[in-house]
Amino acid sequence: MSDDKLLKVRDLKIGATVYPPGEKPHDIEIVHGVSFEVEKGKVLGLIGESGAGKSTIGLSAMAYGRGGVEITGGEVWVNGRDILKTGLGDIRALRGGEVTYVSQSAAASFNPAKQIMDQVTEAAILQGKFSKKEAEARAIELFAKLGLPDPENIGNRYPHQVSGGQLQRCMTALALCPEPDLVVFDEPTTALDVTTQIDVLMAIKEAIRDTGVAALYITHDLAVVAQVSDDILVLKMGDMVEYGSVDQIINNPQEEYTQALVSVRSISHEEKEPTPEPVLKVQNITARYKGTNFDVLKNINVELHPGQTLAVVGESGSGKSTLARVITGLLPQKQGRVHFAGRDLSIDLAGRDMEDLRELQMIYQMADVAMNPRQTVGTIIGRPLELYFGLKGEEKRNRIIELLDEIEMGVEFIDRYPAELSGGQKQRVCIARALAAKPKLIICDEVTSALDPLVADGILKLLLDLQKVEDVAYLFITHDLATVKAIADSIAVMYQGEVVRYGGKTDVLSPPFDDYTDLLLSSVPEMKLGWLEDVIANRKMESAGN
Amino acid sequence: MPLIVKLLVQRIALGLLLLFLVSILIFAGTIILPGDVAQSILGQSATPEALANLRRDLGLNEPPVARYFNWLGGVLQGDLGTSLASGQDIATAIGKRLGNTMFLAFWAAIISVPLAILLGLIAVRYRERWPDKVISAVTLASISVPEFLIAYVAIFVVSVRLRWAPSVTTINDSMSLGEKLHTISLPVAVLTLVVLAHMMRMTRAAILNVMQSAYVETAELKGLRMFNIIWKHAFPNAVAPIVNVVMLNMAYLVVGVVVIEVVFTYPGMGQYLVDHVSKRDIPVVQACGLIFAAVYIGLNMIADIVSIVANPRLRHPK
Repeated sequence: MSDDKLLKVRDLKIGATVYPPGEKPHDIEIVHGVSFEVEKGKVLGLIGESGAGKSTIGLSAMAYGRGGVEITGGEVWVNGRDILKTGLGDIRALRGGEVTYVSQSAAASFNPAKQIMDQVTEAAILQGKFSKKEAEARAIELFAKLGLPDPENIGNRYPHQVSGGQLQRCMTALALCPEPDLVVFDEPTTALDVTTQIDVLMAIKEAIRDTGVAALYITHDLAVVAQVSDDILVLKMGDMVEYGSVDQIINNPQEEYTQALVSVRSISHEEKEPTPEPVLKVQNITARYKGTNFDVLKNINVELHPGQTLAVVGESGSGKSTLARVITGLLPQKQGRVHFAGRDLSIDLAGRDMEDLRELQMIYQMADVAMNPRQTVGTIIGRPLELYFGLKGEEKRNRIIELLDEIEMGVEFIDRYPAELSGGQKQRVCIARALAAKPKLIICDEVTSALDPLVADGILKLLLDLQKVEDVAYLFITHDLATVKAIADSIAVMYQGEVVRYGGKTDVLSPPFDDYTDLLLSSVPEMKLGWLEDVIANRKMESAGN
Repeated sequence: MPLIVKLLVQRIALGLLLLFLVSILIFAGTIILPGDVAQSILGQSATPEALANLRRDLGLNEPPVARYFNWLGGVLQGDLGTSLASGQDIATAIGKRLGNTMFLAFWAAIISVPLAILLGLIAVRYRERWPDKVISAVTLASISVPEFLIAYVAIFVVSVRLRWAPSVTTINDSMSLGEKLHTISLPVAVLTLVVLAHMMRMTRAAILNVMQSAYVETAELKGLRMFNIIWKHAFPNAVAPIVNVVMLNMAYLVVGVVVIEVVFTYPGMGQYLVDHVSKRDIPVVQACGLIFAAVYIGLNMIADIVSIVANPRLRHPK
């Protein structure tokens, strides 16, 4: 098999050992016969939701199985040899030499105890591709190409001394340094803020173009993969769904699943009019964390009306979750007041009565850790019913079933444990637990961020439906502007502890924009070929114009 | 002041404070011991006048607080007092003994620490396979058997049967280093066996913990050999817990050798202490206690300092 294909995967099967609770460990197949190929200098996007097997397939190009994962069948040809049949020595030469890897979290993938330069050049020197001096010169060149500040010296720093976006670029430099033939990019921008993602994405794209390297680009975000790929392979639960050019997949998807992925975010929500009496009034809130002398919230003023949704949007570190902590009383504010349902709330949790606690509920990002793993769904939802309403026995059980019905889950879930639920189901149970208290306000903190797009969509639809029935208000904290557009009535844009833009949804999302909101909105990837180039070109023109 | 300097100064100040508190404890402990020093020196047949005179000479009539500060003042100037039993200056007597104990502890540490870490690395490299299991089984068995039993078995086999090394390990200044090492080979071997398991297990656990990290996967995907991954990428991040347990064991080598020194009649601190406890020689017991405490606190302080310095976030702040 010697043609110009760089990577050729035939009928790849991958298995893993699972340890389900209460059962004997057994082997299951997680990838069921996948075939694809990558030519020199081309980029193939692997796309699918979690559990689709994208990363597992990507790592098989390096003959690597993470944890208990093992390649059980098929062929993986790299540069004309089947790497599943060659020995360990040859595989070591392949890893870090011919094929390299960029992980989702550069922060975790860099060794905290070693300087960046040592780690970036390590593989190139080890594989005998360059001398130490040559490798360092190449690394500096790559740092510059990837738009890192002070490329001459950034390598002398330790990983914790650079920002997340910079470290992700360093990881790309690490992968490109040994002049590999193929780079496996595993969700390289997923953990970044949108405004950072766009720069890293452009840096990666230019680096791929300039070095002529081929790539496997793994992501769950079709809009992102559309910007960098030549071809796309859609995966679902370890099966190939659709395989074609990027143009065909985006503009003319054949399979139903691909169509669903392309058209996700189909929710639309009409903005409601403000009522005369808001349920929540946050007035002049300023707050700081204990032992610091820096205000993380500066003079925040927002209002939320009954049965409506206020979306608080911003990047990491903007103070949006801190605002939630102040409203719930977890972080007493330095100044200002929280006016809720016709009364002022005590600034700290200890001073609030049962009624305050009941009417103000929370749903969290990680449903996993927000539930006691040793309690059944019935116990979890039943707790607030006992605590706030004193329900017992049959009465309590009936109410639990009613709530399960509201979150579109059947009575059969009542005796299940959280570990037996999917990510979306777990979040639904958390929603039911919040609703059980019959609250006036639910604070939703990044509740869909950890979920796959289609599942997240389902959760948002459910939240909107429940709002109509229960007349509950949501304070919806998110970094995702698409979510905001889908569900908000009013929006507060936060940046460095301040609300930089606030008003009804239509007003906030209509020009003229302030600089930050403009940057934020224009950074959200769109499912359109050439979007990335257009944005970058626009920005260059604007900065030239200024 | 950089954070790291502040942390180090804090840590050292805490160590000194702790040592001060321990000195109070030691002094108070020896005071509340039942019995009377003067009585034990002069014996049951002493006249009341002689007892009263001796008490006055020893300063036992002064209030305890004043005696404590007298004692502490002396200690700070290097004066540990005089032995009640022999009338010798304690500092001189201890100096020699402490040197001997340190000599033994030093050679035990030189062998056991690198050996324990190497065995730990090998156990990680071959985890859950036979080398790991053999290392774990042997080291755990050796820590589970009381050290005096190991010592006597070693004396019986190595000294009596094989005649490779002496069982009585008296060393003196006229011996060359080689002769000294040959003489102490048995106690060093026994001490090594005693402290090995703890350090080896901790090395293994700390490195295995780090081996789960994403950066170890990165190293694997660079094509590094497993031993290089463990040594270059995992070990530097596991230094803090390893150093902690190493220092605990070093402290044990100095402070805990009492049994071994007695078994091998080695002229170190341990034997000196045991001799004088039986003679109710309070100043010697106090001096030994204070020196042991200082060694213990000092070594643990070094462990803390190494942990602080090994943290790149503190060494290279943003």
